[in-house]
Amino acid sequence: MISSLGKQKIAFFFLFLANLLVIVPVGLILLIIIQKGLPAMTWQFITDIPRQGMRTGGIFPAIIGTIYLVAGSILFALPIGLLAAIYLSEYAKDNVLTRMIKLAIVNLAGVPSVVYGLFGLVLFVSFCKFGASILAGSLTLGIMILPIIITTSREALESVPAMFREVSLSLGASKWQTIRHIVLPNAIPGIITGTILGIGRAAGETAPILFTVAAFYLPRLPKSIFDQAMALPYHLYVISTQVPNVEEKVRYGTALVLLILVLFVNLVAIVIRSQFRKKKKW
Amino acid sequence: MVNPVKNIKSDDVCNRNVPEKVSHGIKIDIHNLNIWFAENHALKNVSMQVFSHEILCAIGPANSGKTSFLRTINRLNSVLPNFKTTGAIVLDGQDITKMDVELLRKKVGMVFAMPSPLPLSVFDNVAYGARMSGIKNRNKLNAVVERSLQQAYLWQEIKDRLNESAFKLSGGQQQRLCIARTLAVEPDVILFDEPCSGLDPISTTKVEEAMLKLKESYTIILVTNNVKQAARVGNRTAFFLNGELIELDRTEKLFTAPSDQRTDGYIRGKFG
Repeated sequence: MISSLGKQKIAFFFLFLANLLVIVPVGLILLIIIQKGLPAMTWQFITDIPRQGMRTGGIFPAIIGTIYLVAGSILFALPIGLLAAIYLSEYAKDNVLTRMIKLAIVNLAGVPSVVYGLFGLVLFVSFCKFGASILAGSLTLGIMILPIIITTSREALESVPAMFREVSLSLGASKWQTIRHIVLPNAIPGIITGTILGIGRAAGETAPILFTVAAFYLPRLPKSIFDQAMALPYHLYVISTQVPNVEEKVRYGTALVLLILVLFVNLVAIVIRSQFRKKKKW
Repeated sequence: MVNPVKNIKSDDVCNRNVPEKVSHGIKIDIHNLNIWFAENHALKNVSMQVFSHEILCAIGPANSGKTSFLRTINRLNSVLPNFKTTGAIVLDGQDITKMDVELLRKKVGMVFAMPSPLPLSVFDNVAYGARMSGIKNRNKLNAVVERSLQQAYLWQEIKDRLNESAFKLSGGQQQRLCIARTLAVEPDVILFDEPCSGLDPISTTKVEEAMLKLKESYTIILVTNNVKQAARVGNRTAFFLNGELIELDRTEKLFTAPSDQRTDGYIRGKFG
């Protein structure tokens, strides 16, 4: 017979093991990328254009391209997603249709990204005649991250206590005033969390930009939003599989830059969020 | 539906400068009020009148419909799905369902059961209603906040803590803050929904003192679980049971010689 203390220890061991299984691969990936990518990290690598068929030189255009794409997709998806979330959580009647829409949005977050890529190709590149461009790529990425932003924002809005809304209404505030002054300010940290998740996804995806914006090799900066651009994930794919004889450190260096970029943007968002949480008075 | 509006003289004798004058005009006239939440018939055919400058207490066991009754007067139930009502509530001669709902809620303020500060500073809590009505002038807001806090007997205690979070106040202070916040909107009627259910006896006494003072200028409807509280502050008391208004009478009469057996049983603590 195992004593209850023994059982507890066994349970604890398996719970700990599960965590270890999650953390170890992440740690290994980081370790390998940093170890192999760090030698490539020179000032030239970050600020120069690719040279000699992307075998040497830098990845500056890809960095700039990814920044444009992330900024463009957030600029498009955050306002629309937030407005949709406000409608769904505050105004839509709780009926079968609304519940179906909510379920559909949650499921859209799980659609493979290559499907969004094809959708963007048909709608933005061909039908809207944007061509392969930063605009088409940003809109495609924006549509891809909309479900994430809507779902997290809606959850953030709904988690604001009903009591606050009732109090506000009971003081003669209109429904919109209540949303504007009570619900939204208290939902901002959750909305930022959704934005962080969206940024990470938009920065890292390759498939949606494959058809809509990414240039195989474009050793200059994009001139306008109707221009094609290089982007880090696609560049990484290209130098890893399409171009022979690329030094290992260049490939890992590119991956490292992508990681740092995403972490940096997330860090900024997390700092903003903690500022809002500090102001929270309950 | 019979509209009783025409037969009622609206009571305009609400002069705040002569609080001694107790008018017995009809402030709220309620006719055959029914409330349903989905299939649940929460209030059945209630008719009563509320007079100006009185404290009308509503007592009764849980699920007797008294809070549903209260929340229908400022139409706060209307935000709930599946809420249905028939009958009429007439405030100052006007059917409340025909009034602009924001205006109604400014005239009929509410203090909730649990202290419910908004996640704002003390000052911003009290100024909230005024700001939502469009008052931006800082001096005016300062005046509103000071006057309201004084009326709720809170000014002396917290005049130096106006910029602190309202959640840092004690429970009793929070509840008086909520009263001040309601007063700041300058309502005619104040609905109290078991305002002392979360408070200690000393805080309860302070809230009761505030209510007794306030009835000179306002009309108060007080829902309470505490029968003794009704006996202490109520001019008249209504007894609700299972959604029906069993009895409504002067408080002394109701507590000494109730005309219904069920009222007698409840105030003696036999059930509920």
